[in-house]
Amino acid sequence: MSTKYFHHALKFRKEVCIGCSHCMNVCPTQAIRIKGGKAELMDNYCVDCGKCYRACPVGAIIVEQDDFNQIFRFKHRVALIPSVLMAQFPENVSLTQVSSVLMELGFTHIYEVEHGTEILKDEMARYIRERDNDMPLMSTFCPAIVRLIQVRFPTLTENLILLKAPLDIAASYYNQMLLDEGQDAEDIGIFYITPCAAKIAAVKSPVGQEDSPITGVINMDFIFNKVYTTVKQGFIGKNTCHIPRLDAMKSFAVTWSSTNGEAAHMPGRTLAIDEIGNVIEFLEQLENKEKHDIDFLELRACDESCAGGILTSSNRFYAVERLRKRAADARKKRREGLMSYNTAGPIVEYSAFLNENIGIGKIQPRSMDKLDEDIGEAMKKMKRVHDIMEALPYVDCGLCGSPTCSSLAEDIVQEQASITQCIYVQKRMEQEGNMSPTESMEIMQKIWGSEKFEQKNNSKKIQQ
Amino acid sequence: MHFEYQIEGGNFTRAGFASSEIKKMLKQLNVDLGIIKRTVVATYEAEVNVVAHAYSGTIYVDVDEKGIVIKLVDEGPGIPDIEQAMKEGYSTASSKVREMGFGAGMGLPNMKKNADELNITSEVEKGTTVEIRMGFG
Repeated sequence: MSTKYFHHALKFRKEVCIGCSHCMNVCPTQAIRIKGGKAELMDNYCVDCGKCYRACPVGAIIVEQDDFNQIFRFKHRVALIPSVLMAQFPENVSLTQVSSVLMELGFTHIYEVEHGTEILKDEMARYIRERDNDMPLMSTFCPAIVRLIQVRFPTLTENLILLKAPLDIAASYYNQMLLDEGQDAEDIGIFYITPCAAKIAAVKSPVGQEDSPITGVINMDFIFNKVYTTVKQGFIGKNTCHIPRLDAMKSFAVTWSSTNGEAAHMPGRTLAIDEIGNVIEFLEQLENKEKHDIDFLELRACDESCAGGILTSSNRFYAVERLRKRAADARKKRREGLMSYNTAGPIVEYSAFLNENIGIGKIQPRSMDKLDEDIGEAMKKMKRVHDIMEALPYVDCGLCGSPTCSSLAEDIVQEQASITQCIYVQKRMEQEGNMSPTESMEIMQKIWGSEKFEQKNNSKKIQQ
Repeated sequence: MHFEYQIEGGNFTRAGFASSEIKKMLKQLNVDLGIIKRTVVATYEAEVNVVAHAYSGTIYVDVDEKGIVIKLVDEGPGIPDIEQAMKEGYSTASSKVREMGFGAGMGLPNMKKNADELNITSEVEKGTTVEIRMGFG
C-alpha cells in the first residue's frame, strides 16, 4: 500500500502459515487478510498488539528480535529489566539470582526499568492537574494503545500525555550516568528485555521522539528460558560471585506496569482499562463526548497489562500476584525504616536533566479509516461500499479472505479484492448460471491455496 | 447519500448508535478531524435528547462532498419555549435521567456551539425537529 509509517516487530512466516485465518479473526484493527492460503499483514493498520501471535496455532507469527550476541559489540552492556521479568519466576528465585545469571550471560550492568517512574510520577500528576481541556488525559505508556489511537481514534490524539515512558527515562538516566563516570558513548549499549512486540516497535520507530536511547531489544521469553534453565541446573559460573548492585524499588514502581499501576497514583478521577477490545469499546464512546468526568485514563492493550504481554512465560495472574507481593514487601521494608526504601533512588540525582528531556513531540493522527485522501473520491467509494454491502450476506464468515463483509466491501473498492470472493455471491451466480463450479473452485483456491483443497479430496468418504 | 436511523425513546443503552455510525462515515470520507469532532458531539447530544424526551424518533442523514445535514425528527412532547431551552443550565430532566449523567441543561447550548448551523422547530405535544448542518470546507 502507500507510505509505510512504522516498524512492526511481528513477522509472518509464509512457509509456516497454514492459512487457518485465526489471526485474521482476532485482529482488533482488521489488519490481516488471507491470500494464496497465507496470512498477509496490512502494515499501516497493525498496532503491534500481538493478538494474532497468541491466536496462531502453528507459530507462524514471530516476534523479531535483535541478535543476542550484538551486546558484545559494546564494552558496557546494560540490561534494562522490567519488573514483569522478575514476576515470571517462582518465589524461590531471587532478583539477585536472576541478575547474576544475566551477568553470566554477558551483561555488565542491570537496571530496573520502573525506576524511571520516580521521575515520571510527579511530572505526570502535574501534567494532569494543569490540563486545560474537559476530556480525560491518556497515558502514552502502552505503545500499542498510542498507535491504536492514531489509527482508529484520531480525534483523541490531542488528549495523549506527551511525556516519555519509564523505559526511556531509565535508559536516558543510565546512559548519562555512565557518561558521567567517564565512559565513551560508543562503548555503551543499552538493551531492553521486552514483554511484548509493541515495545520493540516503539524502540525501532518511536512516536513523538527523534530516536530512542535504547540500543537493542531482547525478547523476554528468550531471557526467561536462558535464566530459568541456568537456575534450575544450579549452575554457578565465574561471574555469579559478581552480584550487581541493584537499587531498591518502591512499591508504586514495582506495580506501575500492572493494571491500575498508573491510575492509582494520578490525581482526580481515574480509570484503568486493560485488553484492547475493552479499550476500543470505551474509546468509541469517549469520541462522542466533549466533556468527561474522568481526569485520567490508563489504557493497556494486554489483559492484565504487561504481565499479559505476548513474550511472557508465566501465567499472567500469577505474575500480577507476584508483583503485588513484591510491592507489599517493599511497603513493609519502608515501614520498618529501611533507608533505601525511604529515600529517593540514585536516579533522582539526575532529575533536573531527566525532567528537562521528559517531553515528547506532538503525536500525529493518521486515520486509516479514510477511503481516499480526496473527499470527492472518498464519497464515490463510500457509495460503492454501500452498494456492495447490499449484495453481501452480513455473516462475517471470513471465507472471502477478509475478516468481515464490510472489510471485503472496502477491499473491493480499494481494488484489493473482488466481489466473487464471497461464497454467497458465488452460490447465487452458480444458480443464475453466471459461474461454473470450476470457476468457483479456482477463486477459493486463490484465497485459501490449492493445497487445502487437495488434502480434502476424500470428501466422498466423509459423506458416506 | 442518504441514511436513516431509528431512535427508541427512553432506551439509553442504545443512545449513541447513530452518532457512532455517522462518525465512522465521516472518518471514511477523510473529513477534517475538528469537523468530525463537532459533528459527532452535536449529533450525540441531539440523539440523547430524543431518547430522553421523546417517544420515538428518526435521524435523516444527507451527506455529499460539501457537507452533512443531520435531521432528527421526533414524536414527543415538543419544546414550549425554544429560546428558554437554549439557555445554559435550563433542564427539564427527571432525577433518574440526571443520575445517568444526562440532563445537565447543556444539551441545546452545546449543540449550538458545535454545529455550523442549528435549526430547531417544535410543536407542543407533537414533536421536535432538530437540524444540524455542517460544512466540510
